[in-house]
Amino acid sequence: MNRKQRIMLIRIIVSMLLMAVLSAIPTSGILRFVLYMIPYLVVGYDILIKAIKGIARGQMLDECFLMAVATGGAIALAIYTGSGDYTEAVAVMLFYQIGELFQSYAVGRSRKSIAALMDIRPDHASIEKDGQLERVDPDEVGIGSIIVVQPGEKVPIDGIVINGESSLDTAALTGESMPRSVHEGDQIISGSINMTGVLRIRTTKEFGESTVSKILDLVENASSRKSRSEDFISRFARIYTPAVCLGALLLAFIPPLAAIISGSAPNWGTWIYRALTFLVISCPCALVISIPLSFFAGLGGASRAGVLIKGSNYLETLSKADTVVFDKTGTLTKGRFEVNGIHHGTLSDERILEYAAIAESISTHPVARSIQQAYGKAIDRSRIGDAKEISGNGVMAKVDGKSIACGNERLMEIVGVTPIHCHSVGTVIHIAIDGEYAGHILISDTVKEHSKEAVEALRKAGIKRIAMLTGDSGKVAGKVAAELGIDTVFSELLPADKVGKVEEMMEAKANGSKLAFVGDGINDAPVLSRADIGIAMGAMGSDAAIEAADVVLMDDDPMKIATAIRISGKCLRIVYENIVFAIGIKAACLVLGAFGIADMWLAIFADVGVMIIAVLNAIRALFIKER
Amino acid sequence: MTSTYSIDVDCAACADKMENAARKTAGVKSCTVNFMMQRMIVEFEEGADKDQVMKSVRKNCRRVDSDAEIFI
Repeated sequence: MNRKQRIMLIRIIVSMLLMAVLSAIPTSGILRFVLYMIPYLVVGYDILIKAIKGIARGQMLDECFLMAVATGGAIALAIYTGSGDYTEAVAVMLFYQIGELFQSYAVGRSRKSIAALMDIRPDHASIEKDGQLERVDPDEVGIGSIIVVQPGEKVPIDGIVINGESSLDTAALTGESMPRSVHEGDQIISGSINMTGVLRIRTTKEFGESTVSKILDLVENASSRKSRSEDFISRFARIYTPAVCLGALLLAFIPPLAAIISGSAPNWGTWIYRALTFLVISCPCALVISIPLSFFAGLGGASRAGVLIKGSNYLETLSKADTVVFDKTGTLTKGRFEVNGIHHGTLSDERILEYAAIAESISTHPVARSIQQAYGKAIDRSRIGDAKEISGNGVMAKVDGKSIACGNERLMEIVGVTPIHCHSVGTVIHIAIDGEYAGHILISDTVKEHSKEAVEALRKAGIKRIAMLTGDSGKVAGKVAAELGIDTVFSELLPADKVGKVEEMMEAKANGSKLAFVGDGINDAPVLSRADIGIAMGAMGSDAAIEAADVVLMDDDPMKIATAIRISGKCLRIVYENIVFAIGIKAACLVLGAFGIADMWLAIFADVGVMIIAVLNAIRALFIKER
Repeated sequence: MTSTYSIDVDCAACADKMENAARKTAGVKSCTVNFMMQRMIVEFEEGADKDQVMKSVRKNCRRVDSDAEIFI
């Protein structure tokens, strides 16, 4: 609690105690009035002052003014009717203030807890000067400087590790709790926490351009892009208060005047009391606070899960998505070519891979690199002799004295070996050893571990149509789609065709529903911006992706797409619950108040109660179930 | 030309009022108040004197909510 809130709390408690004492002492007349004015002024003097200031400025429909009129009116009625019941007026003021205090406390707390979630801002950078470490402002570190990051410190600026190795905790960035290990020569992302070893880093960016700055900027500005629900509430609040006040005015005068005309008793007291009850419910605060708070909590919860959503409006759009279109490479598949199998081997798989890796070590072809990566050990170049690359076909070399031929079917023809045809999809490398067929290695872009689960999770999250776009051949695309359970596939597309396909699908889908496009953000920026909502994956360290997309997934786990959609769905459900609940209760109170069923007590309880429940409900948007 | 200012405002309804008051101020092209982050993002008209405009924005905001504070 801050100072303002503590003072308010003390005023509330003092006023409550005074009321308890007063209720025990029987008093009457002018003394009773004076005594009851003490707790009333203790708890409400600021409201009265603000009300007077408001009148001076012509702000007649200010909440403070309305509260002042409602409570002042109730006091006047108590004097006029001689009932001496001032408790009601004091209680209304008291509960109003309790509501305001709770609201300010809850908002402050959630603001702080969300800020803590995104506590990735580095306070300093350490640079080495004459063997001494010196702490400087990260803003002052130029590109190419050497910074030192101790264990437990945040990496302040993006760079390359030039010395040392360590594990990095990237949970604040990606929501991923597995530490990431880094060695000399690795790219390092600012905002992660160095866990084990001292790292010496050469910076590749300025602080302002580093990942951590971009993310903070994005998160802090996200709640400034308002959603349609928020606009609706602002507009509603603007009409609501004047409308209720007008209602109160009509209620105070029309029925008594009608009664006078028809010749019966006007009952001024009753109708004015009912009108004052209206004013108690006229403050739209419950509604106005709970909607932005829900979005804020939703955005905060999403960033904790490693999903950065650039605005409340995008959160809203995402919740309406019923079509998700994937760009295949880099989202559902790893976008790297990997050895996927070794078939029909006459030797053990390891031996075949070893021979192939050694022979291919003379080549720089991507396929050769994939084979060497799969082999995974250092290559002893002394074992190779007499090697040559037959361009477009493969390599031939002597390894350990054996002649190895490693390449496509044409190469096998050249060496006079009959290869066994592979039924799998991908690039096939046949191997012949000493003129005998020894098997083949299948290389293909592999599907990510969670892709199949991710597609299932999307369907569970209510996505009706899942499509995949790719520049790859129909055969490869068909296989991946079948494996993952994707219903629509468009293959052999040029980058420009992808925009066209997405536009076609946007035409075809149902009115009001939205299309989300998922890309890796590297070469699909036009599609990302054309789709209703663009989601970029694996954005760690990719500025292009962070800029082009509306939703940024920090790591490249496709499961996060379903997570993002679930978060948006939950958040919007809470928003609608709050809108319906708050408006519903207020409307009910107005009706009950007009018929004299609800008194001021009920009105203030309903008003404050609705606010507390709506705020607590809003905070629920912060919590997301794992998977 | 867009600038972001820290603000201090107590209730969400007051934040909406500040936003409207700021939008109506001469020299302000558009304005968004982010109640949750306590920020005011102001886009100025071409050639407007920022400090001068912000002073009138603050004055207009105080007119609708006497407690409003903008840290210029």
